[in-house]
Amino acid sequence: MATLEDVKKLAALARITVSDEELAKFVEEFDAIIQYVSQLDTLDVGKRGDQPKPLLPYTNIMREDGTPHEKGLYTEKLAEQFPSRDGNYLSVKQIISHD
Amino acid sequence: MTNAAPMQKKLNELSITEAARALRAHECTVRELFDICLTKAKELNPTLNVYLEFFEGPDQDAAIEAAQKRIDTEGENAPLLCGIPLAIKDNILIEGKIVSASSKMLENYRATYDATVIKKLKAQNALFIGRTNMDEFAMGSSTEHSAYGATLNPIDPSRVPGGSSGGSAAAVAAHMAIASLGSDTGGSIRQPAAHTGLVGFKPTYGSVSRSGLIAMGSSLDQIGPLTKTVADAKILQEALQGTDPLDSTTIPTPSPYSVRETPKSFRIGVPFHLLEAGVDADLLATFNAQLDALKAAGHEILDISLPTSPYALAVYYVIMPAEVSANLARLDGIRYGHAARGESLLSDYVDSRTEGFGSETKRRILLGTFVLSSGYIDAYYRKADAARHLLTQEYDAAFEKADVIAFPTSPSPAFKFGEKSDDPVSMYLEDVFTVTANLTGMPAISVPMGTVERDGVALPVGIQFTAPKGNEHLLFTISANVTKETL
Repeated sequence: MATLEDVKKLAALARITVSDEELAKFVEEFDAIIQYVSQLDTLDVGKRGDQPKPLLPYTNIMREDGTPHEKGLYTEKLAEQFPSRDGNYLSVKQIISHD
Repeated sequence: MTNAAPMQKKLNELSITEAARALRAHECTVRELFDICLTKAKELNPTLNVYLEFFEGPDQDAAIEAAQKRIDTEGENAPLLCGIPLAIKDNILIEGKIVSASSKMLENYRATYDATVIKKLKAQNALFIGRTNMDEFAMGSSTEHSAYGATLNPIDPSRVPGGSSGGSAAAVAAHMAIASLGSDTGGSIRQPAAHTGLVGFKPTYGSVSRSGLIAMGSSLDQIGPLTKTVADAKILQEALQGTDPLDSTTIPTPSPYSVRETPKSFRIGVPFHLLEAGVDADLLATFNAQLDALKAAGHEILDISLPTSPYALAVYYVIMPAEVSANLARLDGIRYGHAARGESLLSDYVDSRTEGFGSETKRRILLGTFVLSSGYIDAYYRKADAARHLLTQEYDAAFEKADVIAFPTSPSPAFKFGEKSDDPVSMYLEDVFTVTANLTGMPAISVPMGTVERDGVALPVGIQFTAPKGNEHLLFTISANVTKETL
């Protein structure tokens, strides 16, 4: 059974805050889902070490190195989406302290 | 418009094939066709909440003119989709247009490029009426999880249209577009198609490029059509499919899948053991009657066994959230999307995500974080991954005896608003018959098979067929048999 603390910890890992009001409901729903998927416990998938084949019959699709497009083609479009912009730079909070 | 006598339907009620013919015969112009769809859409949208935005203005006018010019100059040689108004799910990128995935997180996000499917449709001069409502980030089976309100089912507005491509389904069912695009991660095209009386098609994984589709579960997602006829689904699939250097999971040429010849008489496998419980009695009776009709048409019905299938939904609800939690990690309020600002960089991330995501999205992110966490990854994620392969092997074996496998698309018809929104597991059970095609990569189609009555309303229900990977042609042929179309 998941506890309030478990769900709070998962939320912190996922960079989400779950409010105290929401938390009890989340724990209850979470338990119901985990209980449902736990039916996998009763499934025998064969011996461990029987490595399954890759999902697709084609892997490692390669392409030639090259210039995908002319330089700067998307710069303005991408920069327009920045929440905070300084010229073509994205402004973020300072993460290294000078102290 | 001249000589409309043989045409009983209104222009917006036409299929792609019919509209393409009418345009070529100059029975209508591209402008007339577009306007009648848009007018209908605007008339119904305040009640049904199908479109989040209509695309109008000089760009649209130019696109309409270009399509007309092409039909006038190329005539019969113009592409079939030229001048056809389509509705596009709000998770497919159209350059310069907002694409929000029905989330507050991307409320003002403008696409910086065209999805590959959009490029292909533009090359055919197809038209886009607007972007359609969906469950947030395609997570849900009812369109109730949209940040912009639920979409109503045009057949019975007290019921959901299904989801997550509920807006794309309602748009076509209510003749607010000729056809539409959706995306299918666990049934999100097929289930809404079944609930609104349409054809819904999920291609083989890798058949259609995912470049420009907002990712949900990358090993499961495919873009596909919702249409009025099987022929229309085939037309759109043929327009959208193909290898794409921008999506390295697209099927390479030559295809590694063996393509089967279309049999005259199909061997239709039915896993009757999966239908013993949980399916509405009248829906099952409709399904059995459809099987009898197929049998009478000369096809063979085989009872097949898929012993791992009862676990498919549990497998899906481990794999999918795991991929969701990884894919949605990119939405952190730094480079684009909802950007809350707190005291530290960490609080910028946390506040942006907490404010931007709805509760179902959060639930699945937490679930994904859980099944991937170090203490549980063996018990859940690795176990589910092994089960997924077992499931694939079972289907491969079944396809040695059968050409296609048939199920009902969903266990019940469209349900009422609020009926399942407080109980995630009961909502997830909507997908019990559809998730397997995503887990294994098989193509699958839902086709209307009749109606069942609820509260005095005849609600459509769908029959679903799946085929071996790379064999979508088998699905179109058998489905046309159900709808009595000639392809």
